[in-house]
Amino acid sequence: MIKDGKFGKYGGIFVPELLIPALEELESAFLKYKDHSGFNKELNYYLQEFAGRPTPLYFASNLSKKLGCKIYLKREDLLHTGAHKINNTLGQGLLAKYMGKRRLIAETGAGQHGIATAAVGAMLKMPVDVYMGTEDIERQKLNVFRMEISGARVIPVDTGSKTLKDAINQAMRDWISNIKDTHYLIGSTVGPHPYPTMVKHFQSIIGEETKQQILEKEGKLPDAIMACVGGGSNSIGIFSAFIEDNVELIGVEGGGTGLSTDEHGATLCRGTNGILHGSLSRVLQDKDGQIKEAHSVSAGLDYPGVGPEHSHLKEIGRAQYVAITDPEALRGFQLLSKYEGIMPALESAHAIAYMEKYAKKPENKGKTIIVNLSGRGDKDMFLAAKLLGVET
Amino acid sequence: MKTYHEMFTDLKEKKEAALMPFIVIGDPDFETSLEIAKTLIKNGADALEIGFPFSDPIADGATIQEADTRALKNGITVDKCFKFLIRLRKFTSAPIGLLVYYNLIYQRGVKKFYEDAMKAGVNSILIADLPPEEAEEALKASQEYGIDQIFIIAPTTSNKRLKMISKHASGFHYLVSVMGVTGARKEVKRSTLTFIKRVKENGKLPVMVGFGISKPSHIKEIIRAGADGAIVGSAIIDIIAKNLDNREKILEEIAKFTKRMKKATRRL
Repeated sequence: MIKDGKFGKYGGIFVPELLIPALEELESAFLKYKDHSGFNKELNYYLQEFAGRPTPLYFASNLSKKLGCKIYLKREDLLHTGAHKINNTLGQGLLAKYMGKRRLIAETGAGQHGIATAAVGAMLKMPVDVYMGTEDIERQKLNVFRMEISGARVIPVDTGSKTLKDAINQAMRDWISNIKDTHYLIGSTVGPHPYPTMVKHFQSIIGEETKQQILEKEGKLPDAIMACVGGGSNSIGIFSAFIEDNVELIGVEGGGTGLSTDEHGATLCRGTNGILHGSLSRVLQDKDGQIKEAHSVSAGLDYPGVGPEHSHLKEIGRAQYVAITDPEALRGFQLLSKYEGIMPALESAHAIAYMEKYAKKPENKGKTIIVNLSGRGDKDMFLAAKLLGVET
Repeated sequence: MKTYHEMFTDLKEKKEAALMPFIVIGDPDFETSLEIAKTLIKNGADALEIGFPFSDPIADGATIQEADTRALKNGITVDKCFKFLIRLRKFTSAPIGLLVYYNLIYQRGVKKFYEDAMKAGVNSILIADLPPEEAEEALKASQEYGIDQIFIIAPTTSNKRLKMISKHASGFHYLVSVMGVTGARKEVKRSTLTFIKRVKENGKLPVMVGFGISKPSHIKEIIRAGADGAIVGSAIIDIIAKNLDNREKILEEIAKFTKRMKKATRRL
């Protein structure tokens, strides 16, 4: 490898020897094409014409009035397939094509990354296999249908906790067995180097656009930026353009039934250093180092690890990480729907819920706040209705 | 306690290659797995590779994953694994190698893990998800406590990389015979045989071949290609998985299987 893929002490390449040549090949292709004008021209074309970029930075006037702050929403929820995931799938899908790979594999929890990969696979004419835990398949049948109708094959994973973490394990095993013709399209800033760096690169367009847009609208940088953190790709995407600036960066984790319980996905708030899925980062684990299951009402935040750069940003104090419980997130889901007519994904609803808490603190009155609205809530309608006691 | 060097030297005199079966501590339960280890030794195993169960074993196929799950459900902890090793060492002087995922070592503290391994009479440690690039701390501890550090060499490992790995490795070279995860396979591929020759020419240590070795004929083939021994895992764990409700049968079947496999290590 040319680089060690470390963010401070976090990150790295903790993988079986069999994967090293594949990671070396991927790193060198990424370094070659990330600043390649032909590659970027093609990627930008798809980002605009296929995905729908740039996304607006919307001034949420009703909530701003209600909360006494200036609140902006970065509308990644408007992208094709319903979330920011498509930025990364387009980037990696195209890179795989440039590398001469003929097959894409991906993991998915709730199905959003699987759907984005299936869409890109269909568009680029590459077969796609998506690994998905049997628990998640049961919870997200419609998303399975959506992947399959785009031509992807959904492979059930019945091992371990039967959720996202095990889907990643299984996708890695597939990749180990098929590295010659297959690209493993990881959906978040997790995994061994070069994934955390590469996924951040493809998601950093969120931050770049946001910075330009807020400067146009306000003539100055915001006071604070908030985003939900599961694996951490939408948050690192929007944070990336502001890391050197005097802007508060806040990541919001899935607090589940509360941080004093065992049922949460708050890896940065409650996890400890450990190695999972190829990198050193914060991990939810027992004292021996066995990985625990995470819990969150939103499947996208239901992961016991987190991208290594977030662990680094926390350690150096550059970003702050907080947690929002399941009921609070549901309140955020209702709040944005009611006041702005925008139904957020339950993941993004965590960031909305924290934004309300933040805005209500007297010391934050009048501040300019940007929330990364990473996904739309259509996928969560049935679950939200059920949780709110509405029959569907 | 025998070193690997002594084991390979003895076997060479007897015109034999090494048979190193693999089991997971606590599969199907703590006491039975200890009995299985003893059975393996009594029936001809020259060394043992002992796995610590892990919640997320990415280098392993379904067979070993399930063994790990069974062991963890039985409440196996890292402390219990060391207790297992201490009891096993009282029974045999054969070399014992560990197969561990790095997070278990990292959480105990790298130095402490190697110290405990030394006290338990362990010969070597192979860390499934730790390439030499990340192994500085482990290598330091392995030298401090006199434990051989085993690294995997894959068919895709270039000769240049093989030399780099050779510089750090001791004990033996662990060849992964195919691109994939652990698990029994029907045949040994021709490419495996040329790969063995390549490692014999470019490496510096005896060569043990693992992943997919499940029949006496596999052992004969890899020995003919120059391997110094075979590591057999999933085929043994399959026997356990098929007879979970019958401990006596597990031990009987494993005894028979081990004898057959050991016989195949004799060079004619």
